Amino acid sequence: MAGVLVTTTVNGDPVQFACPTDETLLDSLRDRVGLTGAKEGCGTGDCGACSITLDGQLVCSCLVLGVEANGREVTTVEGMTEGGQLHPLQEKFIEHAALQCGICTPGFLVAAKALLDKNNDPSEQDIRYALAGNLCRCTGYDKIVHAVQAAAVEMRKSTSKRKSKR
Amino acid sequence: MRYEAPTTTKAAAGLLAEEKGDAYILAGGTDLLVRMKMDMIEPDLIVDIKHIPAMQSIKASAAGATIGAAVSGAQLGAHKGLIKMWPGVVEATNLIGSDQVQGRCTMVGNLCNASPAADSVPAMIAAGAKAVIVGSKKRRTVAVEKIVTGPGQTSLAKDEVIESITLPKRPTKSGDAYLRFTPRTEMDIAVVSAGINVTLERGVIKTARVVLGAVAPTAVLVPKAAKAIIGTKLDDAALEKLAEACSEACNPIDDKRGTIEYRTKVAGVLAVRAAKIAFKRAGGA
Amino acid sequence: MGHDTSYTDQKFNVVGTRVKRPDGLEKVTGRAKYGADASAPGQLVGLILRSPHAHANIVKIDTSKAEKLAGVKAVITSKDLPDHTGGNRGMLDILENCMARGRALYDGHAVAAVAAIDRQTAKKALKLIKVTYKVIPHVTDVDEAMEENAPVVQDYVFTPGGDGKTPSNISGIVPFGHGDIDAGFEEADVIVEKSYKTEQTHQGYIEPHACLANMGSDGTGELWVTTQGHFVFRNTCAALLGMDVAKLKVTASEIGGGFGGKTHVWMEPVALCLSRKANRPVKVVMSRDEVFRASGPTSSTSMDVKIGAKKDGTITAASAQLRYSCGAFPGIWGMLGAMTAFACYDLKNVKAIGYNVLVNRPKVTAYRAPSAPMAAFGVESTMDLVAAEIGMDPIDFRIKNAAKEGTKASYGPTYGPIGIGPTLDAAKNHPHMKAKLGKNQGRGMACGFWFNFGGQTCTDLNIGIDGTVNLTVGTVDVGGSRASLSMIAAEELGISYDDVKANLGDTASLGHNDMTEGSRGTFSSGMATIFAARNAIDVLKQRAATMWEIPVEDVLWEAGSAKATGEGHGNLAPLTLKEIAAKSPTTGGPIAGHNESVADNAGVSFASHICDIEVDPETGGTKVIRYTVIQDAGKAIHPDYVEGQFQGGAAQGIGWALNEEYIYGEDGKLQNPGFLDYRIPVCSDLPFIDTQILEIPNPNHPYGVRGVGETSIVPPLAAIGNALSNAAGVRMDHVPMSPPRILKALEEAKSA
Repeated sequence: MAGVLVTTTVNGDPVQFACPTDETLLDSLRDRVGLTGAKEGCGTGDCGACSITLDGQLVCSCLVLGVEANGREVTTVEGMTEGGQLHPLQEKFIEHAALQCGICTPGFLVAAKALLDKNNDPSEQDIRYALAGNLCRCTGYDKIVHAVQAAAVEMRKSTSKRKSKR
Repeated sequence: MRYEAPTTTKAAAGLLAEEKGDAYILAGGTDLLVRMKMDMIEPDLIVDIKHIPAMQSIKASAAGATIGAAVSGAQLGAHKGLIKMWPGVVEATNLIGSDQVQGRCTMVGNLCNASPAADSVPAMIAAGAKAVIVGSKKRRTVAVEKIVTGPGQTSLAKDEVIESITLPKRPTKSGDAYLRFTPRTEMDIAVVSAGINVTLERGVIKTARVVLGAVAPTAVLVPKAAKAIIGTKLDDAALEKLAEACSEACNPIDDKRGTIEYRTKVAGVLAVRAAKIAFKRAGGA
Repeated sequence: MGHDTSYTDQKFNVVGTRVKRPDGLEKVTGRAKYGADASAPGQLVGLILRSPHAHANIVKIDTSKAEKLAGVKAVITSKDLPDHTGGNRGMLDILENCMARGRALYDGHAVAAVAAIDRQTAKKALKLIKVTYKVIPHVTDVDEAMEENAPVVQDYVFTPGGDGKTPSNISGIVPFGHGDIDAGFEEADVIVEKSYKTEQTHQGYIEPHACLANMGSDGTGELWVTTQGHFVFRNTCAALLGMDVAKLKVTASEIGGGFGGKTHVWMEPVALCLSRKANRPVKVVMSRDEVFRASGPTSSTSMDVKIGAKKDGTITAASAQLRYSCGAFPGIWGMLGAMTAFACYDLKNVKAIGYNVLVNRPKVTAYRAPSAPMAAFGVESTMDLVAAEIGMDPIDFRIKNAAKEGTKASYGPTYGPIGIGPTLDAAKNHPHMKAKLGKNQGRGMACGFWFNFGGQTCTDLNIGIDGTVNLTVGTVDVGGSRASLSMIAAEELGISYDDVKANLGDTASLGHNDMTEGSRGTFSSGMATIFAARNAIDVLKQRAATMWEIPVEDVLWEAGSAKATGEGHGNLAPLTLKEIAAKSPTTGGPIAGHNESVADNAGVSFASHICDIEVDPETGGTKVIRYTVIQDAGKAIHPDYVEGQFQGGAAQGIGWALNEEYIYGEDGKLQNPGFLDYRIPVCSDLPFIDTQILEIPNPNHPYGVRGVGETSIVPPLAAIGNALSNAAGVRMDHVPMSPPRILKALEEAKSA
């Protein structure tokens, strides 16, 4: 098995792994780095369950080769908590029952965070279209959208709190 | 499988020329990795073009635009200057897949994958786009409509790679638009699509290019449809002729996404709607 | 409308509130472990070779080259899975579906499998297996399969009531009903007769089937698997592999969606067989392509519905013939369709006949209220047509004929207190009904029914030394039932929800539990939890009596404490559960409660849905503008999760109604085995889905609970069909009602 050594950063930590050149980043993260939060729902970029960010850009990790992570920054759902503190999105997802089986949840959280980091006051349609790449079969998306709206409110509040403290 | 990440276009072309096995270019990977996953291809060599500076940027002004082959849909969609001049080209590319896919996919990759339903292609052809092709020995520039020769097939030689797409000078009072029909609001392959580009003179359409997608083995440039709206302000009779010409030009198949009769009918409907948008964007009333 | 009110006045402290679920943290941090998330040292990758033909005799399988490939540790075919079923045809069907036995029965049917040290080697090995097929004629359409000269899928199937000599594809013809439909139709002023078709769909869970099998050379084994029923999987796998049940320990992972599709084994016996042969752990994970081709989708159907009514709106007769495909093996799907078709109504004369039909497609399994949505599409569409003919409002027409307590159901039993009438009344008065409609928009409504099941359940409740409680259940948590079950335990014991931790036990830890299906998870395990808790309370009272040195008859349990009653005990301060638990080592040891039962009388569940849809008349494109689900839950333990079930089922029904279908070519091969062209709704396709929970208590449950998980997928097909009819003026009779079909109907209507 011909392979490569990949030196990368995952959730802020330096990580090194070896993988076959034709392996996807999804498989590398799950099988080499041991982070199983990203899931394979389809392997062809149609479901978003494998969503991560690569150098800050939201992507499907099943459509990226493991070797492409070399020298770049990867963040996954496992990197969303900050020092044991849940991200507002994670809190709101639980509060609003925005998950049932939970398999799509990591992908949704990463995608929703990518949205809110760009647009902190999205409309319902903004949210729906930004999350169109993430399939959920359990919830009908209703409570997911509500949770993202609630998280956006929460995040704007804490941003303005921080601003007013100065 | 070998993975190479050259830093010049020439080097990329050279790698392709030398490879005795199956070589593929990796841009966004949103088609390539899918084909690998489905066991449709087994590359011996993958040439990653995302480390080539000449392919990474967008330059846009009224004198024309150049879009590097490694530029992603997301980058395109964030370029205000390009959106202003070529909203149709940008919106077409931005329709390819989800936000995740947009973070990776490229216009050129979409073009070279050569699906009859490729979203960027009708809009590029309507815009009069050209492809700058670099081979191991020479460069050439070719109209985009000459690239795709059939489903999954291009006119590129084994050692050729597209370095960038150029869009021509953009007169004022011009506008383009791209519309497609999909059963869901997102995530679908176009069942039928239309890309239209018009320039106006004194409020009347002076030049037009009408291109249909997903209704034939390759995108179809329909001169008769363009003729139907040139010299008009898109009155009902002109629009009817436009729709008719488009339906006539269709040569679709029945497949899991649509029937022949459906595509033929809706091609005309979308062309009319796209024409109205392009006309409005050009300043028409 | 009468019903036992002893529950409706029941004051709950925990039940009915909206607490945080216990597995939420794991799931939002990516820590929760699903089927493909486990690994074992030395594990091998298992891959399955599948038939590319819809129907073919397997002349020869040559595995010699694959076996010689370096890194390959096992190659198996049906030769490695001998028949231990002892003549049990149903079990042999399951075995044959897991691995073809001489004949490939559908595109995707497993014919061989390998286990190798890595994926690349396993892929290479599959390519080296040479299968010689002789392709034979196939049939994939349910009506074509019933024709006299149709290719026969299984030669042991004979049409019931036929000559018993010539095999056919009709494995069952099952009638339900009562009365005299001929006389009934004679009485009718208006009769509508129409035929409908619905295409095959898939449950579409986002998590593919996955397992990690680990067999020892001593006949023991372990299986980590995503499943709706680890006990049933254990029984099945042990039977098929010739193992003792107790020696196979099955642990259920978190499940990434099931909806019925994970109640059946698809490749787990193959994984175990590979592991046994290789003597190493083997991980098998299905690709999305395999999930569509080789797990258990629904039936495709073809049906004829006839309803007659008097001018005043009374239905005088209703009949239906419902033909359901079962895939390549017999199944009860047509029968279930016939049972549910007219269940919402009080009918004097009714007859529904279900046909179970074999075709060269994957083996059908349950999908959320299996067989009911299709039958409801036919019946509820016809109801609207009849209402229009007599000039009556569609809701009023249904209210007039709705089943109620005392009605003899079309499928046999007599109803107790039920919710169809209340849901219809609620629909009629819902603000949705009064909302204004825009251009090209139309509104439709429809009803639905599902039985719900009880089944075998076993639950353990253990009280820790600090008074916190471990609740071990055996029903897989598909939608948050651990929260609901913890709430029930807390309610019964009178303690805080936060003091209860629910866990899913593996098969070695509990007695048999039936699967989480039939909307039975919260119902059955909830019932068992109640009785296990009451068991534990008996023990707690006994311990308090011991501690106080008074007779146990003088102890009662109230608000989480033991209280001394009777003469002379007034000065005894109550003992909390925590205090009793702390003393348990000296009063008799660990305190626990336990329950094994068969929960009967799950209580039927009814729903009425309202849908507004917009149609683009030039393209047939549709947009769901507004959707409301009104359903009877009996008693909603956790309202958020009940709402979630309503919304999820409705979304699946909407996808089914508008876009989802299995597309087969003339060659019998599945053309769209992926999420690109098998189109489930995405977030931007749907509006918020409004819900209204009604509570007409189920008298057979201590809290009145009815199963809620399934009914909400039943009305959408017809609600949308009826809405489309009102929006565009065309009656759709073929599901999915996709844009090409709608545009075709519009064009035909224009030219007519």
